[in-house]
Amino acid sequence: MRTIQTAEITKQIREMCIEANYFLSPDMKQAIEKAAETESTEIGKHILGKLCENMKIAGEDMIPVCQDTGMAVVFMEIGQDVHFEGDYLEDAVNEGVRQGYRDGYLRKSVVGDPLIRENTKDNTPAVVHYQIVPGEQVKITVAPKGFGSENMSRVFMLKPADGMEGVKQAVLSAVKEAGPNACPPMVVGVGVGGTFEKCAILAKQALTRPVQEFSEIPYVKDMEQELLRKINETGIGPGGLGGETTALAVHINTYPTHIAGLPVAVNICCHVNRHVVRVL
Amino acid sequence: MERYIHAPLDADTISSLKAGDFVYITGTIYTARDAAHKRMSETLAENGRLPIKLENNIIYYLGPSPAREGRPIGSAGPTTSGRMDKYTPALLDLGLKGMIGKGRRSREVKDAVVRNGGVYFAAIGGAGALLSKAIKKSEVIAYEDLGTEAIRRLEVEDFPVIVVMDAEGNDLYEKTAGDVVRNGSDRD
Repeated sequence: MRTIQTAEITKQIREMCIEANYFLSPDMKQAIEKAAETESTEIGKHILGKLCENMKIAGEDMIPVCQDTGMAVVFMEIGQDVHFEGDYLEDAVNEGVRQGYRDGYLRKSVVGDPLIRENTKDNTPAVVHYQIVPGEQVKITVAPKGFGSENMSRVFMLKPADGMEGVKQAVLSAVKEAGPNACPPMVVGVGVGGTFEKCAILAKQALTRPVQEFSEIPYVKDMEQELLRKINETGIGPGGLGGETTALAVHINTYPTHIAGLPVAVNICCHVNRHVVRVL
Repeated sequence: MERYIHAPLDADTISSLKAGDFVYITGTIYTARDAAHKRMSETLAENGRLPIKLENNIIYYLGPSPAREGRPIGSAGPTTSGRMDKYTPALLDLGLKGMIGKGRRSREVKDAVVRNGGVYFAAIGGAGALLSKAIKKSEVIAYEDLGTEAIRRLEVEDFPVIVVMDAEGNDLYEKTAGDVVRNGSDRD
């Protein structure tokens, strides 16, 4: 048994919110820089070049990469031999978000009630997903999510007979509909299987996988590569203004499902795909 | 084509802009996004008065991140324009001439742009750090309680945008991402 103070969780989350919004993770940075080199259209190359410049300015001048510093999505993988001491864990997470968004000059983008819509003014609450895992470590992933792309995400309850082709069609239709609204080049997170809510969480988790890392399941990897190729053949391009770089990666996560169903969630993220991971 | 223009806009400038042009704007523009549009719409219905003068002006769909001390503004890129579609035709009919955002617009917005001789620009989505460099002054002038969604007056210098929809109704996204009006207002 290991004891972790929840004050430590607050401290880590605070730092991670700030880090995520000022510095894109190395995998994302590399993918955008590589695309800027390989993109062959003039306008696409121009936009990708500006995105590289934007990342540089953000880190050097400490200005968030994007003004939509997101709703804080936090994945907590908690070892079952961990004991927390201090404030209630979720309060500690939200306190970290509160401090990070205040001290990091990040935008407060959360409304307290979805219909009354008054801003909470501190970007809380976060959306927290817990998973109990073996061991005595805590793995925290902070992934602030912008809503330009979140709004273009979709859940499809397909039929088993729709099969692999149905899944591919669902992903392509979501991407085409997202088009310029989702700030391409995008990262496409796909969840296949489980239940209505499980596939959505799988899709969100898929966005936190390092870009260009493929699924370990051979047929899923094939689908990821085929979909990436087809998405980049749509011509939507950087900023939706035309070009070959519409997506930087397609990540598919799968889970067992019911004999009657084939749930598919497509969670689209813009090129500001933020994810910071720390293990305590 | 590269163009350097001034804001507020004039009719000759607008009619000379074509979809696909790279444009650099210098002058005064205003910010408003979801909550400010909703409130302007409610105010119009109540008493017909708005906190800003729309004639010949440009509205930038922006909710910036907070400014650090000594800086005019924080990160300042465009938000998705389609969410403003419900409110935009009425503003264009009252004299608004330009909009800066990103993403597709509805058929109603396109018709109102053509009817009123307006223009819709896109700024690069997700490039808020870079775009903030072209903003020299920022002042909240209305709806301060809305926080990031308040209406701000911005002084900009060579603010980089691309003409997506010109006054004749040509739109750049048609060639790349399907028709600009395909699903502008219903879902995003």
